[in-house]
Amino acid sequence: MIGLTAFGGYIPRLRLSRKSIAEANGWIQPGLRGLAKGERSICNWDEDAVTLAVEAARDCLSCESGGPLAAIYLGSTTLPFADRQNAGIVAAALDLDEDLSTIDITSSQRAGTAALVAALDAGGTTGNILVVASETRRTRAAAQQEMIFGDGAAAFTVGTDDVVAELLARHSTSVDFVDHYRGQNRDFDYNWEERWIRDEGYLKIMPRAISAALEKAGIDGGAVDVLIAPATLKRVPEKIAQMTGIAPEKLADPLDGAVGMTGCAHPLVLLSRALEDAAPGQVLVVASFGQGCDVLVFRATERIADRKPANGVTGYLARRREETNYNKFMSFNELVDREKGMRAELDNQTALTQLYRRRDMLFGLVGGECDACGTHQFPRSRVCVNPNCNKTNTQKPFRFADVPAKIMTWSADHLTYCPDPPLHYGMIQFDGGGRFLANFTDADVGGVAVGQDVRMMFRIKDFDNQRGFRRYFWKAAPVQAGEGAIDG
Amino acid sequence: MASGIKDKVAIIGMGCSKFGERWDCDSEDLMVEAFEECIADAGIDYKEIQAAWLATAIEEIHVGKGGIPLSVALRLPFIPVTRVENFCASGSEALRGAVYAVASGACDIALALGVEKLKDTGYGGLPQRSRGTLNSMWWANYSAPGSFAQLATAYSTKHGIDPAELKRAMAHISVKSHANGAKNPKAHLRNKITEEQVLRAPTVAEPLGIFDCCGVSDGAACAIVTTPEIAKALGKKDMITVKALQLSVSNGTEAGHNSWDGSHFMTARIASKRAYEEAGIRNPRKEIDLAEVHDCFSVTELVTMEDLYLSPEGGAVKDVLDGFYDSDGDLPCQIDGGLKCFGHPIGSSGLRMVYELYLQMLGRADQRQVESPKLGLTHNLGGAPHQNVCSVAIIGRMGV
Repeated sequence: MIGLTAFGGYIPRLRLSRKSIAEANGWIQPGLRGLAKGERSICNWDEDAVTLAVEAARDCLSCESGGPLAAIYLGSTTLPFADRQNAGIVAAALDLDEDLSTIDITSSQRAGTAALVAALDAGGTTGNILVVASETRRTRAAAQQEMIFGDGAAAFTVGTDDVVAELLARHSTSVDFVDHYRGQNRDFDYNWEERWIRDEGYLKIMPRAISAALEKAGIDGGAVDVLIAPATLKRVPEKIAQMTGIAPEKLADPLDGAVGMTGCAHPLVLLSRALEDAAPGQVLVVASFGQGCDVLVFRATERIADRKPANGVTGYLARRREETNYNKFMSFNELVDREKGMRAELDNQTALTQLYRRRDMLFGLVGGECDACGTHQFPRSRVCVNPNCNKTNTQKPFRFADVPAKIMTWSADHLTYCPDPPLHYGMIQFDGGGRFLANFTDADVGGVAVGQDVRMMFRIKDFDNQRGFRRYFWKAAPVQAGEGAIDG
Repeated sequence: MASGIKDKVAIIGMGCSKFGERWDCDSEDLMVEAFEECIADAGIDYKEIQAAWLATAIEEIHVGKGGIPLSVALRLPFIPVTRVENFCASGSEALRGAVYAVASGACDIALALGVEKLKDTGYGGLPQRSRGTLNSMWWANYSAPGSFAQLATAYSTKHGIDPAELKRAMAHISVKSHANGAKNPKAHLRNKITEEQVLRAPTVAEPLGIFDCCGVSDGAACAIVTTPEIAKALGKKDMITVKALQLSVSNGTEAGHNSWDGSHFMTARIASKRAYEEAGIRNPRKEIDLAEVHDCFSVTELVTMEDLYLSPEGGAVKDVLDGFYDSDGDLPCQIDGGLKCFGHPIGSSGLRMVYELYLQMLGRADQRQVESPKLGLTHNLGGAPHQNVCSVAIIGRMGV
């Protein structure tokens, strides 16, 4: 049996109220006012498709029981690097064994399902595969897509043992139907007419593929418990359901009111969300649209009942802070050339030799544990930091990324350049020992205190806009009420 | 134990430029301004200087590297000139180099000069500095006020002091230093301020407001040192000697080991203990007449009073609010206005502090003059509370 062995997701904490978008742009696009309901997820300034992928993967791996991973397939159309494997950054942040196959899958809104299809097609012959879909699509200010889109990620492990959702069948079609495109080196999509996309695209391409998949699975539409067929246009999923013999009430909540369309990640975000509630035996159909259609038909197994990620999509939906400042969203996405001050001019060139030498430290947050005295320390050093030990060459690797920590001291700094001032940072102490002065992320003014619980999150540390590089490192995020511990 | 430096080296001349936004001056001008006063005070010919130490921290925004900038500015006669940098203790390091050279007998007369030109960056606040290839990849992005501000959260947590009460004591420190600086023609900031102004000022880094932070300025200061015997031969009567020069440098314990609580400076406690031992001081609270400490931020001065064993642990807030460190208190602190009013041209600050003690010991401090001080202490801190260098120097009258 091949199928999904674990699932997880991640939705960034900031949710931009659509009303704030309409208030800012309604004067030039009055039509936006009709879309000004609910909110959409937006990345914090230090999040991108890679950091979202890392969090979704951590969430997924928190409930994964299988052996070592053989591969990571990362699906996204908004990866930060055009030539530097993004899946490799995810693998390093997860501190995975380097004997691993990593692949970026991109260039289509089917990139997420394509990654899943590829992993399932491998049939478990290589070992478990981690599939992550992650998306952070930029749009022009006042574009309708700005209202509709959201940022998010989902992750699954695919294998043959301990399966929670068995693959019954899958079907793919390839149709060069160009509803939109984004040329090489272009920032934004170019979109064709919606009515044509609906009539000739969604409603012709998707039902045909879904029906073919159901036929391969040997079931009809009436046997489907959950249908995931996200579309950017209203009422399209309902019509697709009708056309494939599936009751429209079987459609999964598209999360359009709370998140928005998370691009190629969206079918998988919805699948991950649906698996949280799935009962054994339920049939779930997930279909994606993008120059053709991928359809996967799953049946939940008995194991679904006791396999839940630390937070899941639902947990991350609850880990939420409303943002009503559209200007901030514009700045984070560089939709406006806002004055940053001279302190932002600091040259952030990265010594790649240095980065590589200390990659386990910088990507994996791997420090040291002293063999002689047991002291945990970051970074790992040649001489133990414990003043009562100070022994040389005694440290073995110790990963801090999943260790809970507390704030010992902190400040909110208005002087240091930060895209979202004030910059919060402070000394954090890990349970069981070890500390370092860390930048905080997802911290609110007035919401930071000594003794507060924090957990580590992989984020962008600095941008090197002069060279098109970005540095990643781990930051401390205040733990929100109800947030699950990542102990994967 | 080593016999130490006490009374082995005399200071025979000192100079200090006017500190401030010296838009009209290069570092060369500042160095010459301080040196002219110093060499006249010493009463020697500049060609009698046999070795020199130049302190400057952020050389890339003014003089560039090496000892050459000092040698060229003063046209020193091809003598050894060593450039030193140790964060905010750089000025004290230059003095240490010159004093040790004389004490060792390697030379008879040596010069220590510190200079920094900070105001050529185009923006306010301390200039940003490179941090090294690895550090820049994992150290938190932080500023000096943001790192020192954390002392306040740790201090009030440890001692159970209401943050508002702590903030009031911090405000008193700034008010006191401004009152002192107002009397000093060489200070950058010469305005008196009120506690209310301090408390109402905009926040720089929680909980530090603008008046909790020292100024940023340009300046230079220098000292000429020799042996007491040579000083005597030169006709010096009121002999000011070095009693102790100590330095403690973090080894990463505070930053990486859970034994440090964030409310104090481990280095300052170690350096001050060593300095008192070197100077033969048993009760610093009673024996020290004047202190010039590194008040980069008000909270730094507050916790430093305890780290130097001048206030009991947890007792600095009370001492400060009682006026113990005011100009008319038992132990005037920052009688010249401190970093608060002089600003902190990094390489020169340590020597600027010694300059004030030197003037006070010789009775030359005009309006600021304290009654017959005999022993004074200077203290510098560089880096951040969790990883820093700390220098403590004790200066006094010969034979005290």
